[in-house]
Formats: sequence, structure tokens, C-alpha cells
Amino acid sequence: MYNNDIIRIENLHVTTATQVILKDINLKIPRNRITVILGPSGCGKTTLLKCLNRLTDLHPQLQVSGKVWIDDEDIFQPNVDVIAVRKKMGLLSQRPYPLPMSIYQNVAYGLKMQGIADKHTIRERVQHYLEEVGLWKEVKDRLHSPASKLSIGQQQRLCLARGLAVQPEIILADEPTSALDPISSKKIEEKFLELKSDYTLVLVTHILRQAKRLADHVIFMYLGEVIEQGTPQEIFEHPQTTILREYLKSGH
Amino acid sequence: MKYIPHLLRSRKRKILEENIMKSIMAITTYSIILVFIYLILVISWKGIPALSWEMISEIPSGGFYFGKEGGILNAIIGSIYLSVGATFLSLLISIPIALYLNIHLLHHNRIKGGIRYLLDILWGIPSILYGAFGFILMIVFHLQASLLAGIITLALLITPIIIRAFDEALQGIPEGLLEASYAMGLTRNQIAFHIFVRQAMPGLITATLIGFGRAIGDAASVLFTTGYTDHIPTSLDDPTASLPLAIFFQLSSPIPEVRERAYAAAFILTLIILAISLLIRLCTSRLSKYQI
Repeated sequence: MYNNDIIRIENLHVTTATQVILKDINLKIPRNRITVILGPSGCGKTTLLKCLNRLTDLHPQLQVSGKVWIDDEDIFQPNVDVIAVRKKMGLLSQRPYPLPMSIYQNVAYGLKMQGIADKHTIRERVQHYLEEVGLWKEVKDRLHSPASKLSIGQQQRLCLARGLAVQPEIILADEPTSALDPISSKKIEEKFLELKSDYTLVLVTHILRQAKRLADHVIFMYLGEVIEQGTPQEIFEHPQTTILREYLKSGH
Repeated sequence: MKYIPHLLRSRKRKILEENIMKSIMAITTYSIILVFIYLILVISWKGIPALSWEMISEIPSGGFYFGKEGGILNAIIGSIYLSVGATFLSLLISIPIALYLNIHLLHHNRIKGGIRYLLDILWGIPSILYGAFGFILMIVFHLQASLLAGIITLALLITPIIIRAFDEALQGIPEGLLEASYAMGLTRNQIAFHIFVRQAMPGLITATLIGFGRAIGDAASVLFTTGYTDHIPTSLDDPTASLPLAIFFQLSSPIPEVRERAYAAAFILTLIILAISLLIRLCTSRLSKYQI
């Protein structure tokens, strides 16, 4: 159906010493679409997301086997440049963690990482990314105050701008609105819809309505397994399995 | 509501318990503050009358230790050289160690635990042992009692303290910040020096202050290693006077005037620590502004 898959996952298993977290995951994630990973808490959604940028390396108790291809590069090969892989992806976590710097510096840092040194260019780019996430008007008079002084919804958008400044191809979002109020959540969702023309988005959520609003492609997970995947219509209108039907009935 | 006697009794008991615990906490808190105030008062009471401009602006003259003229400028300058030098040297060692523990060894719990355990033991070793150790080192390297030997010994003494205090601050950094930094594609060096040092800056400053306070106040470790002299050191090879030893020598004098000067020296030492603490605390609020 899609001829252009940016991420392919083959036979991915993630286990700890005592339990299986992800069981034989096989997925294709299409470019320039919003792919929503849906499922109840504790079903392995976040772990799956962390496999995509090898944040699993931070948890040595996790044993990962299988293949994750990103742009036709298997990122779990030992000679892979992990830093380069991670730079391809921006991450939004459940709670925003801005860098311990000013608002301006938070975005400028990613630019400097790419070797941009010209102050004028940096200033322009910072404004560009803050505008892109709809934060510029709110912060333009206090660019040099600490990022921690922003509201949590603003911090989440700042983190999005910070991620965009590294010029990723993919945006990974792990329940990015779970700590936000409805209005901030709505702003994030609107940005996601705008961003999909330039980026591929992978969104983890347990909110059914959010999935319905955003998804181009839906993956339903339960207890570490992919139960169903397909277009929103297939998943929401014609669920094949009883687990998904139950989830759709009780979900909100 | 119905009157239920046993509920009322248990409610009264809880209130009583609360009050007893609250009183114990309040008494201990305020008594510590009282002890501290008493200490400052005694030092000021006995020290200020003996304090004079001569005391802090001159080195001891011939009859100083018999109550004649002169001052303790040699010890003031010596102590500042020693403690600033030792703190600086120690920071050069401590910052990389603490960052290494919290970034590179993050998941090597046994190694990390072992290192922390050793550092805690080192923290508890009395300073006279560091003095003796420094003395042995001096003999091995054919050094004489000198400013350099004192700085090295004091740095050894305060390094475990600074590492562990900074380490505690680094351990408090939320895991999410580490993940966010890795996810941005930062290298470990960038995470260490751009993110962690900034985020844990208040802890680093507190660690530095604790180390500095320990270094400037310690008498035993400089006793063998720096010696004592009436002159202001002009090079790292010179023997150096220090305030704790100046206090010790003067306090053990049979002459009352000299003993009073010991309190004046103690007063000066307290002022130096107070001034430097205040100065660094003022910088803290600026440096920790961006902490998340």
C-alpha cells in the first residue's frame, strides 16, 4: 500500500531476565505520515519507541534481538553510529525535559551541534523553529529567561522546537500530551498535523480519540505483541480481534 | 454525627503524638542554632577586643609569641593560599570522577557502589592520618615542609568529600533529562559538561564550599606537611603558616594576651569562611537560574 517505508522492524524481541516485553514485532512505518501506536498501559509501546533510537542502550537489563531498519540501515548492528541515528529523530517524552538553559539556548543548542556558528543565522533559525511550534509570540520578549519558567504545555512545545532544530527526519512522541491541559494538547496535535508534510511522526498514545484525530496508520498493541495494524478505517471501523473490539468499546 | 468514644480517643492520641514529635524536632533544630550562636558569640566576645589593624596587617615580630607587637598576616595569607590551592586542585580531580560515575558507570552498579563505598571510608579518615600520609610522601620524594606539600595533602583530604557531595547532586538529575539529551544525539562529553554540570551547579557549589571549609579549618594535615613560619610564602617550596595552627600555638601559650590573640585569629578564620560562603552563595543564584 505504501511504497515508501522509512522504518521497518523485523522479528524484534525485547526481553529482560525474567519477562518478555516485546514479542516478535514486525512493522513498517510509512514516511510523512502519522503512525499511532495504540494500546493499554504496560503493553510495550514505550519500549518499542525506545528501540527506534536505541535509547534501550540506557537500560542494560533489556536484551534486544531482531532488526530495525531506518532508511535501510540496521541500527542494531554493532558498527552503527548511534549518535547519527539519534540525530535523525526528535523525541517528545511524557513530561517535557527542557535543557537547563534559557529558552533561546534550548533551540540554539541543537543548531550549534550541527556546527552553525554564525550568530545571525542562529537567531533567524531559533525564531523559525519557535514559530513553527507556535511559541514565538508567547516567548519573544523573554527569550533569555530560563526554560523552566514556561508552563508545562509551553515547555513541551519548546522541546518540540529543540528537536526540530537538530533537523530530524522522524519525530517520536511518547504520550506527549499526557501531562498537558486540553488546550495545550490541542496545540501539539495541530502542530503534528502540520509537521507531517516534512517529517514522519510516530505517536504513542492510549487516548483513543487522539488516535482517531491524528492517525494515518494505526498499530494496536497488547501485552508486547502487535495485534492489528492498518488504516484508521480498518482498525476503528472493522476490528478483527476480540481484544481490539473490547479496547475500542471501553476506551475513551 | 454520632458520638463514638473510641474514635475520639484515637484522635486525641494522634494529636498528642503529632505534638510530641513536633516538639522534639523543634527542640533539636533550635538547640543546634543556639550552639552555633553561642560559638560565634564566644569567639567574638574574646576575639574582638584583641583584634587590631596590626593583627591582620603585619607578620609576627620577634616577641610576638610573648605578647609583643606583630600580627598574623602570615597565617591569614598562608591559609588562603593553602585552602584555595587545595580546593582548586581537588576540583580538577573531583569533577571528572563524579561525572564519570554518573554518566559512564551509570549502569555498572557494582563498580559504582564499590567506588562510593571507598570514598565514604576516605571521608571518615581523620585528617591526622592524611597528614602522616603526606609526610611519608614528602620523605619519599625528598620534599621539605612546603606550601605545595600542604596543598597536595589538603586536596587529598577534601577530594572524597567534594566527589561525594557533587555525586549526590548528580544522582538527583531526573532520568528523563538524560534520555532527552541522548535522544537529541548528544555525546557523553556534551551531556557531562553542557547538561549535567549546569543542572547540578548548586550541588557543585555546595560541594566546593564544604571542601573549602574543611581545608581552611584543618590543622592536623598541615602540621607535618607545611610546617610553620613567620614569613609570607613567596613560592610553592616555602613553608607556610596557617590559621588553625596559629590558633593552636597561641592557645597553648601560658601568657593571657597571647591566648586572647588566639580568639582573634579564630574570629578572623570565621570571618573568612563566612565571607567566602556568602560570596559563593551569591553566585549560586545566578548560576542555578536555568536549572530545570
